[in-house]
Amino acid sequence: MEMNEYAIEVPSEDSVLFGDGDLRVNVGMSTCGLAAGAGPVYSEIKNQLALRGVKAKVVNVGCIGACYAEPLVEFIARGQPGVIFSGVTEGGVEEIIERYLSGDVSGAFAVRGKTGSLKGEEDVPLLDELDFFKHQTRDAIENCGVIDPESIEEYVLKGGYLGLRRAVTEMTPEQVIETVSEAGLRGRGGAGFPTGLKWRFTRQAQGDKKYAICNADEGDPGAFMNRLNAEGDPHRVLEGLIIAAYAVGADEGYVFVRAEKPLMASRLETAVKQARAYGILGDDVFGSGFSFDVNIMLSAGAFVCGEETALMAAIEGKRATPRPRPPFPATKGLWGKPTVINNVETLAHVPTILRKGPEEFSKVGSERSKGTKVFCLTGAIKRTGAAEVPLGTSIRRLVFEIGGGPLEGRTFKAVQTGGPSGGCLSAEHLDLPLDYESLQSAGSIMGSGGIVVVDNTTCTVDLARYFLSFTTAESCGKCTPCRVGLKRMSEILIRITRGEGRLEDIGTLERLSKTILDTSLCALGRSAPNPVLTTIKYFMEEYLAHIRDKRCPAGVCSALLKGYKVTDDCMGCGVCERECPNGAITMTGTEDRRRAVINNSVCARCGICVEACPFQAIEEVW
Amino acid sequence: MSVELTIDGRKVRGDPGQTVLEVAEANGIHIPTLCHHPLLPASGACRVCVVDIGRKDRLEASCTLPISDGMNVETGNERVREARRTVVELILSAHPADCMTCEQNGRCELQDLAYELGIEMEELTFEPKRLGRRVDDSSPAITYDPDLCILCGRCVAACNEIRNHGILNYRDRGYDTVVIAGLGEFIVDSGCVSCGECVQVCPTGALSEKPSRFKGRWWELEKKTTTCPFCGVGCTLEVYTKDGEIVKVRGAEDGVENMGSLCVKGRFGYDWVNSPERLTTPLIRRGDGFEAATWDKALSHVASKFKEIREKHGEDALAGLASAKCTNEENYLFQKFVRACLGNNNVDHCARLCHAPTVAGLVKAFGSGAMTNSILELTGSDLIFVTGSNTTENHPVIAKYMRQAVVDHGATLIVADPRKIGLVDHAEIWLRQRGGTDVALLNGLMNVILREGLQDTEFIEERCENFQEFRETVEKYTPERVEEITGVPSRDLEEAAVAIGEADRASFVFSMGITQHTTGTDNVISVANLAMLTGNVGRESTGVNPLRGQNNVQGACDLGALPNVYPGYQSVDDEQIRSKFTEAWGVDLSVEPGLTVVEMMDAAYEGRLKGLYVMGENPMLSDPDLNHVEEALGNLEFLVVQDIFMSETAELADVVLPAASFAEKDGTFTNTGRRVQRVNKLFEPVGEAKADWEIICELATRMGYPMRYESPAEVMDEMAGVTPIYGGVSYDRLGREGLQWPCTDATHPGTRFLHAERFTRGKGMFHAVEYRPPAEEPDDEYPLMLTTGRVLEHFHTGTMTRRSEVLDALRGECLVEINPGDASRLGVEDGDKVRVRSRRGLIEAKARVTEKSAPGSVFIPFHFAEAAANRLTNAALDPFSKIPEYKVCAVAVEKTRD
Repeated sequence: MEMNEYAIEVPSEDSVLFGDGDLRVNVGMSTCGLAAGAGPVYSEIKNQLALRGVKAKVVNVGCIGACYAEPLVEFIARGQPGVIFSGVTEGGVEEIIERYLSGDVSGAFAVRGKTGSLKGEEDVPLLDELDFFKHQTRDAIENCGVIDPESIEEYVLKGGYLGLRRAVTEMTPEQVIETVSEAGLRGRGGAGFPTGLKWRFTRQAQGDKKYAICNADEGDPGAFMNRLNAEGDPHRVLEGLIIAAYAVGADEGYVFVRAEKPLMASRLETAVKQARAYGILGDDVFGSGFSFDVNIMLSAGAFVCGEETALMAAIEGKRATPRPRPPFPATKGLWGKPTVINNVETLAHVPTILRKGPEEFSKVGSERSKGTKVFCLTGAIKRTGAAEVPLGTSIRRLVFEIGGGPLEGRTFKAVQTGGPSGGCLSAEHLDLPLDYESLQSAGSIMGSGGIVVVDNTTCTVDLARYFLSFTTAESCGKCTPCRVGLKRMSEILIRITRGEGRLEDIGTLERLSKTILDTSLCALGRSAPNPVLTTIKYFMEEYLAHIRDKRCPAGVCSALLKGYKVTDDCMGCGVCERECPNGAITMTGTEDRRRAVINNSVCARCGICVEACPFQAIEEVW
Repeated sequence: MSVELTIDGRKVRGDPGQTVLEVAEANGIHIPTLCHHPLLPASGACRVCVVDIGRKDRLEASCTLPISDGMNVETGNERVREARRTVVELILSAHPADCMTCEQNGRCELQDLAYELGIEMEELTFEPKRLGRRVDDSSPAITYDPDLCILCGRCVAACNEIRNHGILNYRDRGYDTVVIAGLGEFIVDSGCVSCGECVQVCPTGALSEKPSRFKGRWWELEKKTTTCPFCGVGCTLEVYTKDGEIVKVRGAEDGVENMGSLCVKGRFGYDWVNSPERLTTPLIRRGDGFEAATWDKALSHVASKFKEIREKHGEDALAGLASAKCTNEENYLFQKFVRACLGNNNVDHCARLCHAPTVAGLVKAFGSGAMTNSILELTGSDLIFVTGSNTTENHPVIAKYMRQAVVDHGATLIVADPRKIGLVDHAEIWLRQRGGTDVALLNGLMNVILREGLQDTEFIEERCENFQEFRETVEKYTPERVEEITGVPSRDLEEAAVAIGEADRASFVFSMGITQHTTGTDNVISVANLAMLTGNVGRESTGVNPLRGQNNVQGACDLGALPNVYPGYQSVDDEQIRSKFTEAWGVDLSVEPGLTVVEMMDAAYEGRLKGLYVMGENPMLSDPDLNHVEEALGNLEFLVVQDIFMSETAELADVVLPAASFAEKDGTFTNTGRRVQRVNKLFEPVGEAKADWEIICELATRMGYPMRYESPAEVMDEMAGVTPIYGGVSYDRLGREGLQWPCTDATHPGTRFLHAERFTRGKGMFHAVEYRPPAEEPDDEYPLMLTTGRVLEHFHTGTMTRRSEVLDALRGECLVEINPGDASRLGVEDGDKVRVRSRRGLIEAKARVTEKSAPGSVFIPFHFAEAAANRLTNAALDPFSKIPEYKVCAVAVEKTRD
């Protein structure tokens, strides 16, 4: 069958993108952009353009992933490549507009193409040539920061819903499953289970009713790819979910959204309404006879809700605790019915696979991990943000080439992959390919794809303590090893960071870790000890320093701070004496040569004196 | 199709869907467990039962892991043992080692597990400790020590998934997770009904029976199985005794009717057995008081007085009241004593006051008057229609199955009741009819079913008769007319009717809200009509199911403690039957049906009845219009009361005979589901008390009619010989499950549901029944409608339950339930003392202002002698069954000024 260019009839691209003006301004206003101040910037842009009588379409778009450069504003003149400005402030808007309108782009962050006619253009890099972007291959988040996420027409103009239309009008559900299987798509939520297989199990399960659920309960600290994806391109996620529903035979679905991410929920809600209005959702999708509708549901904010069985319990209005699998959701899921649950990012890949074919998807990636994956780069790194790269890309490329490496004057120390229950890998793993199996073999996990970079100012024992405190607090409390075991491990780690550790603690941590990993009911417990095990494995000397030498080499664990000393730079001004809350500092010496003396037995190690000293004359003693 | 797997090197087989734990257990391979409980859904919480199936990354919990072909399971290798030890060590790290005085010591599953795994306390990395959380000692029944809780989740599952009470749940998460009652209030304020299911399943001492504290170590207790002496459910008890006292009671988990469950009475209400107020010696009246006597003297006195009255006033001047609390054997012997020894049919018992219309009505309609189906079948019903039964309070364990049907199987529950009873919370439709308008309501439902064509025509044509006459009557009861009579909105009526008509398997359940009316028999017949109309008789999970109130009211009826029938509902006026009994008992028998309870009182009042023998009944509290009863009993020449306590009736007696309680004798009870179950003697009777059957035998023998039996088993054999429905029942066959009658011969397996192929009477008989208003309705002088009944914590006249510390602490006084609207009109606030008057008497009690009572009506429980509801009730009788109208009379309520 000859396929229309677009899935549904929409106005011309020109009118959708520009309206009746000649200028379009995209303002990155995802949660990240808003946090960086994009709100006032957006208003000011409208204001300034109005003042100048410029007819322009100012669009509230998603995030292109370059969080380090927010707020980002892209100007697109009809027929011209876009020009992107970074770090835009409300006060800076006027000047940028003034310059842009006069054909001057100097100082811009990047351009999408060269015109050869704009002033200063030669010094502005192409977006795709920026270090942050040039190693990326974008699929799931390709439209983020480009299209208006609240416009189904803009999504359709990007080829949106063609995959779905093709699936429901030309393919049997089995063929859809086959296509996704051929692509080699694996779950992007962390476990990496083959998506096609999951769909097949659900398809084959007996049931008078089936459900399709999108897991948008992104809860890892340091992971925001799902939020970015659904805030910036909600229709893509929805399209993926509808295709999944068609494949498995579901007629009702849920998107379970983390309540702390309200913009994601409202964007999805809008997308659902628009899709319904176009007959893409609801009865008789694309006239195919297939019917499906979606409810958007906010989670109650527990990390464990991301676990699929706990998630279903939450939808059912029960306490969100995981239950044993099997039975898997594919056979006995929501309200006991066969249910498919896929992560946001997994679903975001599906439309492309259906539209462009499985080969297009699987041409990048590694042997067993096909396609691309969005990683969130955070921590002690120059360029933070979300980057979509082929699976199998090395940690080094992600951290050093895309992320720009450690901050000035710092050295790379470790990278925590896979969120709080992932593993902490050291410099020796920099060439490890980021794929499911490689990470697992190193004692870590893919998880949702969070990459937290730490440098020499981070204590890995303290890092392990921090992550354990998170998983301990987020344990649902149902199974013994996770509930009590993590608590005991946390207590031991706290002790060690306070210098009260014992050598046998390491053995106890390893023993508890083994049992927790071996026996916990769900993936939370079955991965929570990873940060401890990997830091013990790769940073043993740091543990020993805390336990044996009562020393924190990174200078983080304040209980191990021996005290402060006053250097020769002291000018005897007395500020430290006044500021010290404990009266641990006295001034000595003669009138002309006064000096501060710190009584470390009284000192509370608060560090106020260090901050207060105008001459940087107080140093920590470790 | 079975699955083959290897466990510890042994090839074993199991069925698909079975768990590794189940298959291991079936093959004698022990896997330690902790959160697992056979009656609860597997949760996989504790992780003690982990096994190794060769996966590098994990062990699997055997309680939740389904078996699969070729699976290779190791249940005790080093990895598994190490994991288990660590898990138990972790549990112990948040649990005190307070075993010394812990109530669960010796039966603690955590203790046993630590021992089994060989955990040495001094080798523990983490010391056992108390977290210092508040012990909840607020409930008289249950003590909760959260520090002993190991969060296995059993109690929460029992409360929510088995009982569906929804009281226990978790608060917080992770290490801070704690089981709470309600929203975290004290148990006593949480809405907890003290069923104690949570206590029973708790593996540690976290939840324990408060009254049992320090009363005995588990290993000192002797365990015996018997049948609960309270309501008609017939729960199987496991009773733990020490030195002739009941220390703890647990529901038998293989109990065929209760499956481990009990209610607050069945679990906690036994201190009366060892009460110092128990009668321990025969007593003979001396002036205003009593004098202790020997058995010989007391029985000789009774025998000679009865003989004297018989000689002086004739046989008909004597009568006997049997007891629904006594065993089948005792009721059999009692009615035999009245018929064969006293020489008349003047025997009746309190069934007259509860289910006489059931027997009368169902015999007319179907040919036999008992629950057509079994209790457990309720869980398989698509629709349960409950009317006039406050099941959650009066038959709590049956209510459990109703809630399970709704929650687990999506059954529709329809409640028709003037009171907002507990079941209303689980009902899809609640019809709040005015008291005494049941016939109109039921006719209305049937009118709509016929109008919509939802009747089961095939069933009606093939299995029933007299449909046309019935139809003509029902057609007059349009929803509009019914709304006028009953107050039930016609839309609700129609909705309920359609649901009933469309259900595949509908069960109809009723109790005294249907029977205790002057139209009681009509009400019952109407329920039977509805069941026949919709084809819901004679199939599993359907039927007409009257819930009997007393533990053995079914048996007392079955064994002939009724004035018109011999054992097995065999008519006394049937010549052939009479000659069978004449032959069996060796005496000539009276042709005349005898007096019913209320007729006995009238006869005594009028001086026709001179001597009365009362076994285990308390008409001075249970009968209507007590002032009249008191005068009647006072008018008797000779009153003998045989009881366990000095009841209100015994106070009036000439001779009082001390009887053994259920705990002190052998016998059988027949529950509401027609199941004959064993009662086992737990210990010797107190003082000189004797089992009722022994007393009857000795008295009969002294009166010249020798009765000699070795044991109740021998009585059963005689009963079986003359009672066809019990023909195949013998103690050898009863075992732990009992037998459901009809069980006609030694090979008959018993009967789960009646009328399968044909009705007992042949064809089911439709009756055209017209609505008649109650005998007394509110008027200007007595503007409110009074209805009476029971409360959860008490039983009948309170002889037993009011002597239970737990039950009395939970509910120690009579509360007059009144609707907030009426209360405010009368200036009555919750807790105010009110005076309630009827044309027959007055009582005073505290008011409970509650929506549970319908506007214009009040409810008073009848357990409380100090505020006896039956001083108010009307003795107007149903013309067919002679049941008094306890459920409707007119009263006035006013606030007392003191």
